[in-house]
Amino acid sequence: MSNELLRVEHLKKYFKTPGGTLHAVDDVSFTLEEGKTLGVVGESGCGKSTLGRTVLGLLDATEGNIFFDGQDVLTMSKREKREVRKNMQMIFQDPYSSLNPRHCVLQLISDPLKSYHVYKTKDELMERVFELMDIVGLARRFAFAYPHELDGGRRQRIGVARALALNPRLIVCDEPVSALDVSIQAQVLNLLMDLQEQHTLAYIFVTHDLSVVKHISDAILVMYVGCMVEMCPSDELFEKPYHPYTKGLLSAIPVPSLHNQKQRIIMQGELTSPVDPKPGCRFVNRCPYAKERCHQEMPEYREVEPGHFVACHYCEEINQLSQ
Amino acid sequence: MSERILEIRNLVVHYETTDGCMQAVNGVDLDIEKGEIVGLVGETGAGKTTTALSILNLIPSPPGRIVSGEILFNGEDILKMSPLDMRALRGEQIAMIFQDPMTALDPVFRVEDQIAEAVRTHDHVSKEQALKVAREKLELVGIPAERGKEYPHQFSGGMKQRVVIAMALACNPSLILADEPTTALDVTIQAQVLDLMRELQKKIQSSMLLITHDLGVVAEICQSAAIMYAGEIVEYGKVEHIFDETAHPYTKGLFSSLPDLTKQTQRLNPIPGLMPDPADLPTGCRFHPRCPYATSRCAAEHPEITEISPGHLVRCHNCKEVSHNE
Repeated sequence: MSNELLRVEHLKKYFKTPGGTLHAVDDVSFTLEEGKTLGVVGESGCGKSTLGRTVLGLLDATEGNIFFDGQDVLTMSKREKREVRKNMQMIFQDPYSSLNPRHCVLQLISDPLKSYHVYKTKDELMERVFELMDIVGLARRFAFAYPHELDGGRRQRIGVARALALNPRLIVCDEPVSALDVSIQAQVLNLLMDLQEQHTLAYIFVTHDLSVVKHISDAILVMYVGCMVEMCPSDELFEKPYHPYTKGLLSAIPVPSLHNQKQRIIMQGELTSPVDPKPGCRFVNRCPYAKERCHQEMPEYREVEPGHFVACHYCEEINQLSQ
Repeated sequence: MSERILEIRNLVVHYETTDGCMQAVNGVDLDIEKGEIVGLVGETGAGKTTTALSILNLIPSPPGRIVSGEILFNGEDILKMSPLDMRALRGEQIAMIFQDPMTALDPVFRVEDQIAEAVRTHDHVSKEQALKVAREKLELVGIPAERGKEYPHQFSGGMKQRVVIAMALACNPSLILADEPTTALDVTIQAQVLDLMRELQKKIQSSMLLITHDLGVVAEICQSAAIMYAGEIVEYGKVEHIFDETAHPYTKGLFSSLPDLTKQTQRLNPIPGLMPDPADLPTGCRFHPRCPYATSRCAAEHPEITEISPGHLVRCHNCKEVSHNE
């Protein structure tokens, strides 16, 4: 495959805590093609943000491989890594805390450009900053405004402009719209989709909001306590979720309509602790289909249908698939 | 015709700040009937929380000030009550569930003691009896009574929110104000808490004002809904009115901003522009600068709220055209 941009293989990220080893990301693999979007969904504490940060190298991976454009990022020297990192940027969740309150918009957007010494003269730099402000829809009159003078939607546009500054090929968006109101959220989502088209960007879109992820993603990866439980093209996930957790998660979304209210599966219990997890399926204590084997043996992550991956021992049985 | 437990009439609340007078709530009328769940929907800064705090007479003053209006609870005006009477009412008859369960609980007390404290504030009972009530309430919200001996940090987010609900229920209030009770929770936990609230509603027959920005939550558990924009109610009615016969352009905009799970859409249709600054509200209709249907009349004349069909109230000059124009 020629247009494969990112390949992650058996990525693990463990944290040492006083209580034991925290398995934040446990054996995650996926590939992302140029110009496509992978949605990563899961509940708080499932490791989705850690995954995003580890892929970018903001956190050191414990185990596994990350290939960006065919090069192994983890074995690179610092200098090589810095070059590659130009192409991988991040948009952070909270536009209130991710911007330096003492820098004005101009300084904030020129930071990444200065850090890589892209432009020799100040005029060129200024020109690029204004160009970026136009791209993300920030009026030029805000160039000398400070973050506290701007509302959440505009602040998030600064975050987007910073991420775009170096013409990256991959952007990890960590809940970019969850701190925003619905009408502003829609504006930012439209902006991200337009930018993707114009600049052939690939996104890893980390979020807990399933309706947002369906809207923007080509493929969706569902995580539960550090593990991947299901991955498939996004329409397929909503039409035929195979993993019991995905089923529960989808049915838990409140639908803003009085009709087609679906049969609700209320999952009892809560997330298991990711600290020194027991062997067996992580979802076992909330799973309505759990059997003895699920307590003993970690289910293998396998392709049950072309392009549709599930980690469940009894996937065929539950969904009445022909094996 | 069922009885009304709460009637808000022409409530106006301002905050006096150094940047000018923030007109947070501008003439809100709202009724809650006995046993009904009313959803109050709006974006950040629409005045939802200020309205709820007014019902408890808890507006921080200064800078806040209830300029005019009346709030009738069982026919009696709350705003004219003495602080002592008000204190007796709060918690006992009207209780509040706050948005963030992490900050609503005191980290250094056991949860059962925190609930018992609410009981003893209002009823003259012994500590043992109060603790007994506390444990009953915990069972009611689905927490084993033994866990009452634990501290808040030993509970997860969903469980903490259950504790906060148990605390609100401690004195069997007849009206519960819930300020974004599930916003801080994950979807699967949110589904559990909403399910619990629906069950409790059946069991104890209390009324509830549910503040939220999530129309999905409203569709799940509310019977009526009020949509707020810039301190005013722009549309009010039964949920059937709001969801199936949407009449106000702002409400329509809210719906089209939401990514639809059932349909395949390429682009969202967000409402252009931003919420107006409460210190500098536009003339005429507050929504006209962002409204696709706005006419010159909208900029000049402030629309009154009118009943377009029985029980369905809308604040818009052009709502006839809006509701026909799908």
